[in-house]
Amino acid sequence: MKYKDYYDVLGVKRGAGEADIKAAYRKLARKYHPDVSREADAEVRFKEIAEAYQTLKDAEKRAAYDQLGQQQPGQDFRPPPDWQKQYGETQFAFDDIDLADLFAGLRGGRQHSGQARANMPMPGQDYEIPVSITLEQAYRGTDVDLDLSMPEYAADGALRRVPRTFRAHIPKGATDGQRLRVPAKGGKGLNGGRDGDLYLNITLHPHSVFRVSGHDLYMDLPLAPWEAALGASIEVPTPGGLVRLKVSPGTRAGQQLRLPKRGLPRPRSGEGDLFVIVQIVMPGTMSEKERVLYKQLAEATKFDPRTQFRQEVRNENRTH
Amino acid sequence: MRTELTEILWLDEHHDLPLTRLAELSGLSEAELRELMDYGVLPPADPGAPQLNFHSDCIVIARTACRLRDELELDVHGLALILSLLDRVHDLEAQLNDLRARGSHGA
Repeated sequence: MKYKDYYDVLGVKRGAGEADIKAAYRKLARKYHPDVSREADAEVRFKEIAEAYQTLKDAEKRAAYDQLGQQQPGQDFRPPPDWQKQYGETQFAFDDIDLADLFAGLRGGRQHSGQARANMPMPGQDYEIPVSITLEQAYRGTDVDLDLSMPEYAADGALRRVPRTFRAHIPKGATDGQRLRVPAKGGKGLNGGRDGDLYLNITLHPHSVFRVSGHDLYMDLPLAPWEAALGASIEVPTPGGLVRLKVSPGTRAGQQLRLPKRGLPRPRSGEGDLFVIVQIVMPGTMSEKERVLYKQLAEATKFDPRTQFRQEVRNENRTH
Repeated sequence: MRTELTEILWLDEHHDLPLTRLAELSGLSEAELRELMDYGVLPPADPGAPQLNFHSDCIVIARTACRLRDELELDVHGLALILSLLDRVHDLEAQLNDLRARGSHGA
């Protein structure tokens, strides 16, 4: 078991009073709580902070923690020989648990007597698991492997951390931000309490072609100037495969073409749409022949793309 | 050995659950859930129905409320305020994401 310095995590002295510990926790919780924080490492930091506070706010758990002595953070250690007799109502397999499991297993002084807690139904822990999938996986549905580590009571009554591995089928229709619930696969309930659940939080990897908004997709369609001018029949990728798209003559940059039902499938029925946004792109280099042709076009055309600017200037001159 | 998970439930408006079940799954009391409903941050599936039911996506809101209650030591009024602000943040983030998706990569 690795030692963690809970006082150091909260930034308080070892002799700090209850009020100081609470104030330090509240300040850090406001900064790092994952539901409200924008800090990059909020989730990890808050877990450490909450774990430290859960132990130090409770007089009995804090006394038990202090009895462990001060070690170097991260250092392997075992509690002193009499420690478990004095504080533990649970057997611990010290090598297989971490410090948080150890103190979660202690009864704590304030809320329940050990006897009452021993008989009280306790629900198992729920687990929130981020699951990152590709757009193609979201389109078709996919299997993901989940590797978890859960504290569990073994047959001999000892608390151990055990690996649990699952293969979950993410049904098609899940998109960014979707939550899925897997009932009763979280931590085991105690004394008849319900087993905890798994909550899968789906996120989509960014895609090189498609941008996602709900179940709708957006993509850029680069066109050569002559394709936009003359019209073209172009193959475009969609999550379901290539489709042929007819581009009308005179298509403008920024114009949006909608391909109905070519977006991501919705959970129960239907599909989102795919929107194709026209971009007109120039070749990086031009041959002499192309340059001559453009020059001929410039001489032949009466098209003025900036009539609006000229109108503005005329209006300005009139008002002054 | 891997366990195959077959029962995976969508959290959305197509599944409803009663108040007692929402309390059980979220860790909040029924009284706290009713209060959050009165503050307008936990909408009932059918406000006129004799039995109080919630769409299953309310589990996400109720679990967030439970976390905030336990970890930030907030009362229900504070929870309602934070939940409504978080709802606005999520809504704005979705709008921002939508605008980004509509914009061009090259823009």
